Amino acid sequence: MWIIAPLLCGLIFGAGLLISGMVQPTKVLGFLDIFGAWDPSLAVVMAAALAVSVPGFMLAGRRSRPWLAGQYFWPGKSGIDSPLVTGAALFGIGWGLVGLCPGPALESLATLSPGVIVFVVAMAAGMIAHDAWQQSRLTAQREPLLARATDG
Amino acid sequence: MANFTPVSAAIGGALIGLSAVLLMLSTGRIAGISGIFSGLLNLRGEDKGWRIAFVGGLILAPILAGLIGYGMEQPKLPSNWAVIVVAGLLVGFGTRLGGGCTSGHGICGIGRLSPRSIAATIVFMVMAIITVAITRHVLGG
Repeated sequence: MWIIAPLLCGLIFGAGLLISGMVQPTKVLGFLDIFGAWDPSLAVVMAAALAVSVPGFMLAGRRSRPWLAGQYFWPGKSGIDSPLVTGAALFGIGWGLVGLCPGPALESLATLSPGVIVFVVAMAAGMIAHDAWQQSRLTAQREPLLARATDG
Repeated sequence: MANFTPVSAAIGGALIGLSAVLLMLSTGRIAGISGIFSGLLNLRGEDKGWRIAFVGGLILAPILAGLIGYGMEQPKLPSNWAVIVVAGLLVGFGTRLGGGCTSGHGICGIGRLSPRSIAATIVFMVMAIITVAITRHVLGG
């Protein structure tokens, strides 16, 4: 019944977004609007989350393996490169336009709001477009190599 | 700062951090919502079970809250559909290119003190603040 663990984690995450109010775009935009009636709540949400996650991840790092899986899937990339910066910038513009990031957007599907459904479909399309673009770049890079390989 | 809600923000934030830590301790996965969701979009790949369970829990949370009288109101979104579509496309493409969103970089990545995630979080925060400044105060939306 290992599937209970990620389900519970999703529920706790959703409860956190609900209780903090971060599921509401107006609340998020209130934080981003530093020239208006600024609402620092989002900064408190992040600080409180980090107060738990920093020691929590340190604890996880000292254990050899997770409770229910064979290994940890820590992100492997390091270093700040241009895709990271460009991607974060594009995400920031989209986030600022509507006040929805992926977590609150998916959670808000529960309200069956037509706007949220359109947003999530567009978000999925953006993700699929990115992956298709990366795939075509990889194929374009590999083709000359393959051509040479058959010659050899 | 009339809308500032520090107590509920602190409780909610702690729960989000707890969820990220529990997901790592139990399944060894990063609680980055954009990464979890995008893994559901390709037809190949086997590790879909935990992703479906996590997203299911996320969507179930407001439904259960509604049952005990704390229902969630529909989010207020721009009336212009084009803005919603463009924002969705940017969030989807940008989080894939940048390798994460508010949760993956902002909570989990900074939680691991990753320089990549600290940089990404600063960039998306600054760009979002500039975007809101333009739409609310320059264009007067």
